[in-house]
Amino acid sequence: MGSITLNKVSKTFGEAKVIPSIDLEIHDGEFVVFVGPSGCGKSTLLRLIAGLEDVTGGSIMIDGKDVTENAPAERGLAMVFQSYALYPHMSVRNNIAFPLKMAKLDKAAIDRKVEDAARVLNLTDYLERRPSQLSGGQRQRVAIGRAIVREPSAFLFDEPLSNLDAALRGTMRLEISQLHHQLKTTMVYVTHDQVEAMTMADKIVVLNRGNIEQVGSPLELYRNPRNLFVAGFIGSPRMNLIEGAFAQSKGASTAGVRPEHIGLSKDSGEWTGKVTVAEHLGADTFLHVDVEGIGSITARCDGEFGVHHGDRIYLTPNEDRIHRFDDKGMAIRA
Amino acid sequence: MARSVTTRHKVTATIAAWIVALVIFFPILYTLITSIKTEPEAIAGFSLIPSGTFENYVTVQTQRDYLKPFMNSVVLSVGSTILALIIAIPAAWAMAFSPTKRTKDILMWMLSTKMMPAVAVLVPIYLMFRDFGLLDSRIGLTVMLTLINLPIVVWMLYTYFREIPGEILEAARMDGAGLWQEIVYVLTPMAVPGIASTLLLNVILAWNESFWTIRLTTTNAAPLTAFIASFSSPQGLFWAKLSAASTMAIAPILILGWFSQKQLVRGLTFGAVK
Repeated sequence: MGSITLNKVSKTFGEAKVIPSIDLEIHDGEFVVFVGPSGCGKSTLLRLIAGLEDVTGGSIMIDGKDVTENAPAERGLAMVFQSYALYPHMSVRNNIAFPLKMAKLDKAAIDRKVEDAARVLNLTDYLERRPSQLSGGQRQRVAIGRAIVREPSAFLFDEPLSNLDAALRGTMRLEISQLHHQLKTTMVYVTHDQVEAMTMADKIVVLNRGNIEQVGSPLELYRNPRNLFVAGFIGSPRMNLIEGAFAQSKGASTAGVRPEHIGLSKDSGEWTGKVTVAEHLGADTFLHVDVEGIGSITARCDGEFGVHHGDRIYLTPNEDRIHRFDDKGMAIRA
Repeated sequence: MARSVTTRHKVTATIAAWIVALVIFFPILYTLITSIKTEPEAIAGFSLIPSGTFENYVTVQTQRDYLKPFMNSVVLSVGSTILALIIAIPAAWAMAFSPTKRTKDILMWMLSTKMMPAVAVLVPIYLMFRDFGLLDSRIGLTVMLTLINLPIVVWMLYTYFREIPGEILEAARMDGAGLWQEIVYVLTPMAVPGIASTLLLNVILAWNESFWTIRLTTTNAAPLTAFIASFSSPQGLFWAKLSAASTMAIAPILILGWFSQKQLVRGLTFGAVK
């Protein structure tokens, strides 16, 4: 079991109100991702759940029990840190065994659990090594191993992949997702990388300045962003946000079109523009186009599209996929 | 071309380093040389060639027992360092891991006490020692040396503890370690190199301290610094014997320093060099 409920949780550091007031429900077995720009309070929120910071107001319930005043160890949660936070003076075996030793398990049980975890994480050959003798990915696996042996009611991940290189990040992302399917334990994951959020989450919580902007499944957020912030934050490349005559013609103060929802043509289309930068990625092409009367627009198309800097091009936004926002930045629902 | 330039640079740098090292080491070397001269040789003027006699050492040992001040030096320097560590470890821990707004001020204030000329408080401290019956006692001097070196011990440990990532301690907390287990299983093992270099440096500082040790002792608690000083007085100057006494006084700490060079350098440059 691992359901977590935040009830009007707030946090103030001195004068700074980092989190004004947050209500959130995390269901048992869910993979929830907190995402937002740096300084949005997502790590603080995770640390409040962990008990590493005290809440200023409100309460935190885990499995229906109020744990607001409980020490981190009493909450039955395990955490994986950005820096891995391995104990440098202990072998991999002792690192993974540490929480079990603290729980005063007998040696045979500890050995068995450590070896099971090591097998799951492909660490069996490295058990006697020190963390300094491991690669970044292996260290991260040790940190995860230390978390899973405790069989916590929920895992907390604080930007666990941001110290890894791009290739390894992709692999580890997959491994953590697989681990979630295998263990079916609640996972709360903090990241500033919306690709991680989109690919791993059952539920994304978009945070901005300590407030929840929107909660929903990745595709809900992608299809129906509640406001301009979510619209701009979810999706890569970013949604084009257009003001002025075009937006007004759609009955909005700001109109949003995702780069992948713009048709491209060399012959005809609704908008005419000049390519400023063409990014050819092979699988797809990103074009940055200076459109007459609109401004700079990013468009994306599958596969290769043979245009270059300075070429004239025609764009047609997909009428059904245009997002409309009012003057307060909130989405206008049809 | 490039290679010959770097080689030349290396040679120049090496020679320069040797010259600097020799200049710094020269007083000790000259003490050593003088200690194996005869007294007339020693006052005759500058000379690097001694006659190689060891009679000064024999005289020094027979006139005054070396062992007693040596033992005093050991007790005072080790005792004051351990006492300082017992006080400084919790203090530095608190300042490093739960700093308040005033932590930096407290650190600066502690260090500022080291900027005060010691002689400014000589009279009040002497009077206090006299009134409490601490003059010429090991206990009194141990306390004195502890207090003198405490700011440096706290500073060194503080910078060292600051290098320990807070996340590791938080990980231990998440893993179910209580405060005591956190200290015993995680913090202390990680801080051992820092504590060791602090200990070494402060043993050396306490060993070499001469202002208070000479002024607050006479015979019973007099360490090697007082032992050396006693050869510069009443019967006149005996350079060779003074040098022999000095050599005997600095030899133990020189040997200790030699064997712990690595630790010392690491301790002194910690935080500055990664």
